[in-house]
Amino acid sequence: MPLENSVGVVAPQRIRFNETLALKSGASLPGFELVCETYGTLNAARSNAVLVCHALSGGHHVAGVRADDAKDIGWWDNLVGPGKPLDTRRFFVVGVNNLGGCYGSTGPISINPQTGKRYGADFPMVTVEDWVATQARLADRLGIDTWAAVIGGSLGGMQALEWTLQFPDRIRHAIVIASAPKLSAQNIAFNEVARQAIISDPDFHGGHYGDYGVVPTNGLRLARMVGHITYLSDSQMGEKFGRQLRHGEPGFSYDVDFEIESYLRYQGDKFAGFFDANTYLITTKALDYFDPAYAYGGDLSAALARAKAQFFVASFTTDWRFAPARSREIVFALLHNRRRVAYAEIDCDAGHDSFLLDDAHYHDLLRAYLENISL
Amino acid sequence: MNSAQRAKERERFDFAVIANWIPPGERVLDLGCGDGRLLRYLRETRGIAGYGVEIDNTSVLGCIRNDIDVVQIDIEGGLSGFEDQSFDHVIISQALQAMHATERILGEMLRVAGEAVVSFPNFAYRTNRAAIVGGHMPVSEDLPFEWYETPNVRFFTIADFEALCAKLGIEIRERLAFDEDGQAVTDDPNLNGSLAFYRLGRKA
Repeated sequence: MPLENSVGVVAPQRIRFNETLALKSGASLPGFELVCETYGTLNAARSNAVLVCHALSGGHHVAGVRADDAKDIGWWDNLVGPGKPLDTRRFFVVGVNNLGGCYGSTGPISINPQTGKRYGADFPMVTVEDWVATQARLADRLGIDTWAAVIGGSLGGMQALEWTLQFPDRIRHAIVIASAPKLSAQNIAFNEVARQAIISDPDFHGGHYGDYGVVPTNGLRLARMVGHITYLSDSQMGEKFGRQLRHGEPGFSYDVDFEIESYLRYQGDKFAGFFDANTYLITTKALDYFDPAYAYGGDLSAALARAKAQFFVASFTTDWRFAPARSREIVFALLHNRRRVAYAEIDCDAGHDSFLLDDAHYHDLLRAYLENISL
Repeated sequence: MNSAQRAKERERFDFAVIANWIPPGERVLDLGCGDGRLLRYLRETRGIAGYGVEIDNTSVLGCIRNDIDVVQIDIEGGLSGFEDQSFDHVIISQALQAMHATERILGEMLRVAGEAVVSFPNFAYRTNRAAIVGGHMPVSEDLPFEWYETPNVRFFTIADFEALCAKLGIEIRERLAFDEDGQAVTDDPNLNGSLAFYRLGRKA
């Protein structure tokens, strides 16, 4: 199937950083690699670069198709491409797999140079701050002094926000979608259930499952099922699955009865087949720990005083994971600091996952905002 | 002049009246800002730092296209989140009549800004009265909707508005009224004014 307005076949780059990386946790890495993909062309002024930050399960493969697998379409391909809202004819777009990831950047499945074995559970915890610090080194390597924009949804939005705080002079626009300035207790609770599902799997082996030649498939599967519930809205789930029965009548067994059970099992199985459990654990902890206001006694306005970027913040009415009120916290903290910020609350039925869809109004807003960015 | 040109002319006139009251470089909040064209005008002519508030999706998209900082929230619920006296001026330009929570909105406006600018169509304007006397709801230059499609939900007059301001302890610092041809009206504005503009503040 030919893809419309696609960036086409893309190939990742692997970039090696040999300097020691000190992490927020106090741990350090002797060096690391990041894999990235780029689309479009960096202009002579180097003023058209846009960084796309991924959320929990995303990676560097943002748009186009992989040479070795034409079915592997980038996770935000509906947004990024020639003529698309994030137009690669105008912008130089960079997707990166974050440190600790499992798609090729240094992470738990990488070989620890000190032991010659996989890091597994020995891979240090990384934070949103660490990700942004490593993304900055990537920017240096790509010759990008200042991003025209950093864009992300959910956890990706947190990275865009963190960019404005850690490197206020290196980002002109932050596009923060379906995100929050920190997790709520309920958000952390869901993450903890997901982690316990993984950690309590007998195949987890304290995170060193690689040494045993197994993976905690059941735990990862359960974690994804719990997560998936929070990504969808009640109304959309009701519309899509309702109480539909797989075989038309109750089976009076614990096999798949309802369609929603089938859907969750499918999503869980699919995810457990490719994602690394330690990466999942690390990523959920990065989410939990992100709280730029913490160092300011919980005062988000004080925390955002450093930010200089112009913001576009968007939320979705049916998102209960990061509800619109969470986005408004960011908006009003920026207003307090007299920063430029526009905020849209988008009617979309699909809950948290709306940020990945190509809802017409949502994409119109992003297109309009991006078109106004001067290069 | 066709009706589109006339509407544009009219709009420019309204904007000019409001701009006259906004000193250069101020921080301005525009409630019910539409696609942000008033803020854009004020930015271009007065160099203001402006924010809009709007609930309608198409209007919000218009603001983004116009490079206007808009916050999409429902003003009917108040302006919580906007800090006390964080703006120099807050404007509500021909939008108050389309909102239910009139008293709350006026109170909130003078909480977030030192001075409010309000404009609205005067329901007691001569031709509107004539329409009622003739047995029909008025449709005019400043009330351009048929009753079955009007976005307006509050129908009030210059006299009504001033009585409400008195009740709420709001000081009227200046009032301008214009007839349908844009001529300033001083004689009996409640009868001869089609559109009214106010500068409002809190009594000292």
